[in-house]
Amino acid sequence: MSVAALALPAGRAPRQSIARDDLVKRGLMVAISLYLVLSLAAPLYVMLSKSLSTYRFDLKQFELQVSDATGTVWSEPASAEALNARLSAATADDLRAGSDSRLAATKFVEDFSFRSPVRYRLRGTEEGARWLVGSAPGGGTAWQEFDSNTFRRVMLRPVQSYGLDNFVSYFSTPALSNSIRNSALMATISTAITIAVAFGLAYALNRSTMPFKGFFRLVTAIPILVPSLLPGIALVYLFGNQGLLKGLMMGYSIYGPIGIVIGSVFFTLPHAFLIISTALSVADARHYEAAASLRASRWRTFWTVTVPGARFGIVSAAFVVFTLVITDFGLPKVIGGQYNMLAVDIYKQVIGQQNFEMGAVVSVILLIPAVLAFVVDRIVQRRQVALLSARAVPYRPKPNRRFDMLCLAWCAFVAVFLVGIIGICQLAALVKLWPYDMSLGLKNYAFDLMDGGGWAAYWNSIEMALLTAVVGTVVVFTGAYMVEKTKGFATGRAAFHFLAMLPMAVPGMVLGLAYIFFFNNPANPLNPIYGTMAILVVCTVTHFYTVSHLTALTALKQMDAEFEPVAESLRQPFHRLFFKVTVPVCLPAILDISIYLFVNAMTTVSAVVFLYSTQTQLASVAVLNMDDAGDIAPAAAMGMMIFYTNVVARLVHALLSRLLLARSQAWRR
Amino acid sequence: MQEAAAKPKPAYLRISGLWKSFGDFLALRDVSLSIAEGEFVCFLGPSGCGKTTLLRAIAGLDLQTRGTIHQAGRDISGLPPSKRDYGIVFQSYALFPNLTIERNVAFGLENSRRPRAEIDRRVGELLALVGLSGQAKKYPAQLSGGQQQRIALARAMAISPGLLLLDEPLSALDAKVRVHLRHEIKELQRKLGVTTIMVTHDQEEALSMADRIVVMNHGVIEQVGTPTEIYRHPETLFVADFIGETNQFPTRIAGQGRLAVEATQFLCAPHDLPEGSDAIAVIRPVDVIPHGSAAHGSGTAEGAGTAENLVDATVEEMEFLGAFWRCRLSSPRFGSRILVADFSINAVRRLGIETGGAMQVELPRERVLVFPGKT
Repeated sequence: MSVAALALPAGRAPRQSIARDDLVKRGLMVAISLYLVLSLAAPLYVMLSKSLSTYRFDLKQFELQVSDATGTVWSEPASAEALNARLSAATADDLRAGSDSRLAATKFVEDFSFRSPVRYRLRGTEEGARWLVGSAPGGGTAWQEFDSNTFRRVMLRPVQSYGLDNFVSYFSTPALSNSIRNSALMATISTAITIAVAFGLAYALNRSTMPFKGFFRLVTAIPILVPSLLPGIALVYLFGNQGLLKGLMMGYSIYGPIGIVIGSVFFTLPHAFLIISTALSVADARHYEAAASLRASRWRTFWTVTVPGARFGIVSAAFVVFTLVITDFGLPKVIGGQYNMLAVDIYKQVIGQQNFEMGAVVSVILLIPAVLAFVVDRIVQRRQVALLSARAVPYRPKPNRRFDMLCLAWCAFVAVFLVGIIGICQLAALVKLWPYDMSLGLKNYAFDLMDGGGWAAYWNSIEMALLTAVVGTVVVFTGAYMVEKTKGFATGRAAFHFLAMLPMAVPGMVLGLAYIFFFNNPANPLNPIYGTMAILVVCTVTHFYTVSHLTALTALKQMDAEFEPVAESLRQPFHRLFFKVTVPVCLPAILDISIYLFVNAMTTVSAVVFLYSTQTQLASVAVLNMDDAGDIAPAAAMGMMIFYTNVVARLVHALLSRLLLARSQAWRR
Repeated sequence: MQEAAAKPKPAYLRISGLWKSFGDFLALRDVSLSIAEGEFVCFLGPSGCGKTTLLRAIAGLDLQTRGTIHQAGRDISGLPPSKRDYGIVFQSYALFPNLTIERNVAFGLENSRRPRAEIDRRVGELLALVGLSGQAKKYPAQLSGGQQQRIALARAMAISPGLLLLDEPLSALDAKVRVHLRHEIKELQRKLGVTTIMVTHDQEEALSMADRIVVMNHGVIEQVGTPTEIYRHPETLFVADFIGETNQFPTRIAGQGRLAVEATQFLCAPHDLPEGSDAIAVIRPVDVIPHGSAAHGSGTAEGAGTAENLVDATVEEMEFLGAFWRCRLSSPRFGSRILVADFSINAVRRLGIETGGAMQVELPRERVLVFPGKT
């Protein structure tokens, strides 16, 4: 019998010598971590620091001297601040600045004339003082002398400092800060309606024996295939100033809250439906049998069994919808009218007013609800896992004519809404001149005759979506594999996982703006990709990273953890296992990731709207720009092109999946 | 005793001073062990005893915190799994689901610049070896659990490793298949002569398959020995208790080879405990010898041992367990404690043992073991 020693003896733990495989794995992991840092963490960081950086003219920094008419006798040096106090040349508002602001030095001297023989001297009181002479930079604490004609072109430059000034000025500008209330209100109302509609739909499709369930499931997926701008355009045609059903509006305008809510219900419905449907489909029949044996009424059973059973799904769906609405840009841009929403504010600040700092401030404010919703959703999802019991008996609905007809009616109503919106867009795209000449033609598809990028934009979108699907799938799947199937490196893997989850909490507008700050900086070595297809692909992959990552992770988690040790003991390199076993077994998930990325790349507007260039215009952005320019029918036509493309992509995906599965997954029997 | 332990061979695998810590928890504490070439060794112990940790350290899957491992004279302490020389079979089989049986077995052979024909021949041999030649084109999901386990074995043996590691290979199978596969694995191991380590928590499995058993508890090796040594001469109370059934009585040592229970004394196997110390006396139910009811004969039956170890007992309860009767016996000499004894059906019939009856039993002195400690 060995007597147990109680403490670990001193000494060092042996280190495992590194096999070539480990080097390859670590290299890949570093590469993909680097990708996420450069495409996500760094831009967000730059954006955050931008929102806190303020520019202000500090008049104490400058001292001036003025000569007499002979240019020989000089006045006492005076600081610009003192001069301003005397002359009231610049107000406090004038002194607030942006990064590009400049202030004429001549403001601080009396009776300036560029023809006078008077000479001027300028110096800084500290080294940081900067000015421009024309476009040549100047500065420093040594006196510099200018003749009046040159002095005319001297421009003082602001100093940068960090603080909450931008936020203070944001909240003291009601035109801006009202958007918070507007956005929250719209998101809340839309969420309530969407959840109710989606619950009815999911309940009908999971808990009744109504016919045509497959058809309704297909119809429910339609909104995913189009940009969120499209319901806005349809609503304009239906209820706008020349709309078919304008009378139904009873004098209210569709431009504004009403349009935003209806459109939001349209484009968020599939997301809410999928989540609630999953929650309702896992019901345990034994609970219903128990309720029936206790003679609970149908109504009581519904509130005590059905709703509590699906509550995590409902909460989760509510957060998803809330986040989608509050961060959406396309729809309020088209239908919002004068009603300001946060996401549109970012666009207006950046594109309209070139006020990047304020854009960053709005972005940070928009990040808060998104991050909050994301955190709550993660917590809820974690609890939901514990709710599922492996012994549950699946619930099978029994026929009930009246109830089934009710369900059918509800589904039909929703389907009419969804198909109607798309139908109206299709009609608008084909009609020659709404509402005067309702004859049909393909005139509106002649995109090359309009602004917005023409057919080239459409082909760019296809190229972008294909590249996103391919590059994104490779990056995401490899990254998920490294997180799930490598050992050691625990902290690194946890950090990687966090980065991979982050994009879900970052609204597209925020990501796009962060990219401007990060990549459009000439000092950044990655600057050359700004304005290229590459940055659009990187941005889109990152924007939709989280869902893809989770899909890959789920598939990988279902694989035996012992495959890797076995392959190692057989002295096989990991890439052989990866390509011969891991990838073929995960093929369905890989195809799902690529179609998800493709469809989203086709429809996304929010992030890429800041990043496209004249060479890389996109179809979804073209919809936005044509609508903006008043070419609404061509915008609808381009939106329909995106729809057709996504339908075809879905069909190809279904066909490909079936073919590949039949060939490589015979083992699934 | 079996052959393997009788003639010492040079150590093929030598583990010395192995420690493994997971944070504050010490999963292995100063483990040293030598395994000879061709030996079949079982690591046996309750869950959490460190047996799997030890196996994974040998495989290089979880590196030890301290200590060294030598295999065939080579220091493998810090080598990654791919640089070591072993085949491994897991409880889950870990067969690649998308590859056919023959591609699974060939997995370790391809990529080694062997000609295709040679690989095919080797795969054929291996499948024949595990008796599954007809299944080459099937997928793992089409085979039964036992068949899958044999494929996993064939795959591990394909590269002719110097060491075969089996991590609870039979626990996922149902009882009948398990017993059948035990023999088959043992047979295969003998045929191939490969040094084998199997981790198990099933003592029956360990006793029936191993040349030597390593009993572990709380990260420490309690005893290493052949199955019969472990069973008949447990060195610690834990081993006695873990392997087979035991009766345990608190006693005080009353001199060399003597111990006191309640008011009387018994003779026991030799030990080196000091007189007067507390100890625990252990006897297995099967080692209790029945001598029939006291009414049948005089005080001592013929052929019985010393008088001290003959006990007049009352049969309190009898439980029929198929192959034998389990009897619960009471006696003033045990105080309030009960002695459990297993008697063969023959003995019960021959001696007329029945519930409530009186009988005499013998506790053979060499089967009464003592260990230090208190219950």
